[in-house]
Amino acid sequence: MYLTIQPIDVAKMLLEARASDGALCLFLGVVRNENEGRATVSIEYQAYGAMAELEMERVADGLRRDFPTVSVSMQHRVGRLSVGEVSVAIVAVAPHRAEAFTACRAGIDRIKTTVPIWKREFHTDGTSDWVDPTKESEHRV
Amino acid sequence: MRIHLLYFASFRDIVGRDEETRELADGTSVRTLWQMLSREVPKFASFPNMPPAAVNREYARAETVLSDGDEVAFLPPVAGG
Repeated sequence: MYLTIQPIDVAKMLLEARASDGALCLFLGVVRNENEGRATVSIEYQAYGAMAELEMERVADGLRRDFPTVSVSMQHRVGRLSVGEVSVAIVAVAPHRAEAFTACRAGIDRIKTTVPIWKREFHTDGTSDWVDPTKESEHRV
Repeated sequence: MRIHLLYFASFRDIVGRDEETRELADGTSVRTLWQMLSREVPKFASFPNMPPAAVNREYARAETVLSDGDEVAFLPPVAGG
């Protein structure tokens, strides 16, 4: 299972390294306190759960194909998260650092592109908005 | 035929429900279903393009012809991570 309503157990994911691995690259997505200039107090992550699992598996398959020396594990949180909580975790382990970094980056980039997960930001005034990355004023990477 | 339609995130807010079952004519495509929804929901009609669609939990093309029992969802822009 790639999706979890429980806090992501990052420490457990760090145990993925094999004896042949010399590099472990960890990416954590964390709930930030603002977006597009507006303060954020929490974010609700909603998923089309059954499809999101399949799309995460598809991302994992693609990473295995594109980076055969790398083993990647991924977890995405759903539900209501406060500022500072981990929303997504990617661990890539490989014999050497270059492919671990590249695969880790590819993992998070691909998740953001295809996996049916949405986030609603709650603001300090009690209002909320669904985030639409296609309408953000600038594309951040 | 009968299909099961799911709504998520902003689309769920727009239509005010999570899911529904619909009776459709045989041969109805994903695009035709979107056109039907657009006639019922003014907000959908204002979209310049049909949003990405999923049939039975896989991304599907607009030309995909639906079958009895299909699970269909039109997806707002994804924003995971």
